[in-house]
Amino acid sequence: MKIVFRIWVVLGFCFLALPLLAIIPLSFTSGQYMYYTPEMLALDPAGYSTKWYTAVLTSPDWLMAVKNSLLIGLGAAAVATICGTLAAIGLSWAGTPAKGLWTMLILLPQIVPIVVIAGGLFAAFGDLRLIGTYTGIIIAHTVLAAPVAVITIRASMDRFDWNLVAAASTLGANPLYTFRTVTLPLVRPAIIAGAIFAFATSLDEVVVIQFIGAYQQKTIPIQMLIGLREHLSPAILAVATMLIGFALVVILLGETLRRRSLAIETPKK
Amino acid sequence: MSDDIVARYENVSKDYDGVKVVSDLTFDIRRGEFLSLLGPSGSGKTTTLMMLAGLQSPSSGNIFLDGRPIVGIPAHQRNIGVVFQNYALFPHMSVGENVSFPLRARRTARAEIARRVRESLEMVQLGPLIDRWPGELSGGQQQRVALARALVFDPSVVLLDEPLGALDRQLRENMQLELKQLHRQTGITMIYVTHDQGEAMTMSDRVAVFDQGRILQCSAPERIYNAPESRFVAEFVGENNRFSGTVETVDAAECSVRTDDDVRIRAVHGGHVAAGDAVQVYVRPERIEVGGAAATRDNSFQVPVLDAIFLGDHTRLKVAMPGHPEVTVKRNFLDDADDLPAAGQTATIGWSAQAARVVTH
Repeated sequence: MKIVFRIWVVLGFCFLALPLLAIIPLSFTSGQYMYYTPEMLALDPAGYSTKWYTAVLTSPDWLMAVKNSLLIGLGAAAVATICGTLAAIGLSWAGTPAKGLWTMLILLPQIVPIVVIAGGLFAAFGDLRLIGTYTGIIIAHTVLAAPVAVITIRASMDRFDWNLVAAASTLGANPLYTFRTVTLPLVRPAIIAGAIFAFATSLDEVVVIQFIGAYQQKTIPIQMLIGLREHLSPAILAVATMLIGFALVVILLGETLRRRSLAIETPKK
Repeated sequence: MSDDIVARYENVSKDYDGVKVVSDLTFDIRRGEFLSLLGPSGSGKTTTLMMLAGLQSPSSGNIFLDGRPIVGIPAHQRNIGVVFQNYALFPHMSVGENVSFPLRARRTARAEIARRVRESLEMVQLGPLIDRWPGELSGGQQQRVALARALVFDPSVVLLDEPLGALDRQLRENMQLELKQLHRQTGITMIYVTHDQGEAMTMSDRVAVFDQGRILQCSAPERIYNAPESRFVAEFVGENNRFSGTVETVDAAECSVRTDDDVRIRAVHGGHVAAGDAVQVYVRPERIEVGGAAATRDNSFQVPVLDAIFLGDHTRLKVAMPGHPEVTVKRNFLDDADDLPAAGQTATIGWSAQAARVVTH
């Protein structure tokens, strides 16, 4: 039984990971197109080069996309994490009324089809003159990223021992001091993990930005779409490879933080 | 309010969604006393405690601390130490940081903090563990850290919410003595919530017995045990044999009660009884004598012995009386080991009027 299960797991991982692994060598092609050349298959060093990486890292278009992704991603992640932390604390506090309703409202952007949200934002932002502005895109991405942050932080808050807050107050700590010295340090790993996932949500987003963003605000995925549409350049593969590497680092970081937050909580038996 | 009263509850009620958890509570807490709130779970004792701590607020009534009304004052401004059932130690702070927390929250000077943390930890014999983490400590040690943390800032009162509940029996008994010792040493007022009557009896100056949100009796442990004022107290604390009947005649301290099955019992009353009252008479199993002098007591009966169980330090007899199929008698082993009857025999049992207590409600 155990062996069958293991085989299934390995197959599952292969199914998920092979397309990604296929991309990585191809991004080092010395050719002009997205396919494995005979030289590459023969493992001839001449078939490989880093020229597409150089092309990406020196292209004003790509650099602009990276800058935009960072600006929008960090902005949206910051706002989403602050709102998400407050919401998660509120949702896990026993005294909050209508928790089910609030949870549903907060998670709505994750459930409603993205095109519907994009259309709605386009209509709303027109009057507010937010179309084609960084502010508008950061607000839109905050709406999409906040549920992710809430879910991540909420999972940790649900294990949070509210008795500690009660204890702190009897020991003479006002609510702000308690938040700073007790609540925040204990949920900090989850908050950072929430911020990372919020950033990833923004980084990944391609629909809303096409509705409300201008050309100047194009992000990495938009630039990839443009690249795919105009010429199937292996530069996209180079970007994809770098993104995979980035994602791996982020996931490892998030996982480490998650483990650390568990380690802090486990001493209580 | 006089100086020897540290806190006062005045007509305090608390209800959750229309259910009364504490109803119309009025009582005083004396300065320096060890007061136990004893009662079954759900009797309102923890709620009573938490209203004093400021973690819950009364639905009506007033609570005074050192003469000032404190309803509406947040917990962090009350200067009351609380030891929680699960200790509530901060897992991300060392033992020293946990104990210094209340002083840091009060912006005490650094040197003063170091001195008082050391003193508190020494008081609970944990001095060497100052740099450990709560997760590395045993249950008993965590308990002591929680105590040190609740004492370090010189609170007006220390509240303890079933603090020994999670410990095993042996450790629990040691901690009871240590707590008592700590109370004597510091002279601080302690209010202790427990459902364990043994614990309440050993440690307290006074015990307040709770039932359904009310205090039924608040007095010294000896009086709770020997002079219960209500059926609930008589039956909740210790073992008791109950006879129900009607008062026939009343003297200054004693009265005669005819039970529903026509047995006449002489018993002491606490006042407020008149002939014709329906009452309960309680007799503790250890107050019933067997054989010998039993025949000369105010109340003496010939009874069949149903069962005799040897329990080492004492023997437990089950005897039958009219209308009471199982009267329990508890005899100390050394007293009359030789003349205790066996099951199936007939025995003379008896008790003095002082050993029987009339309870009216």
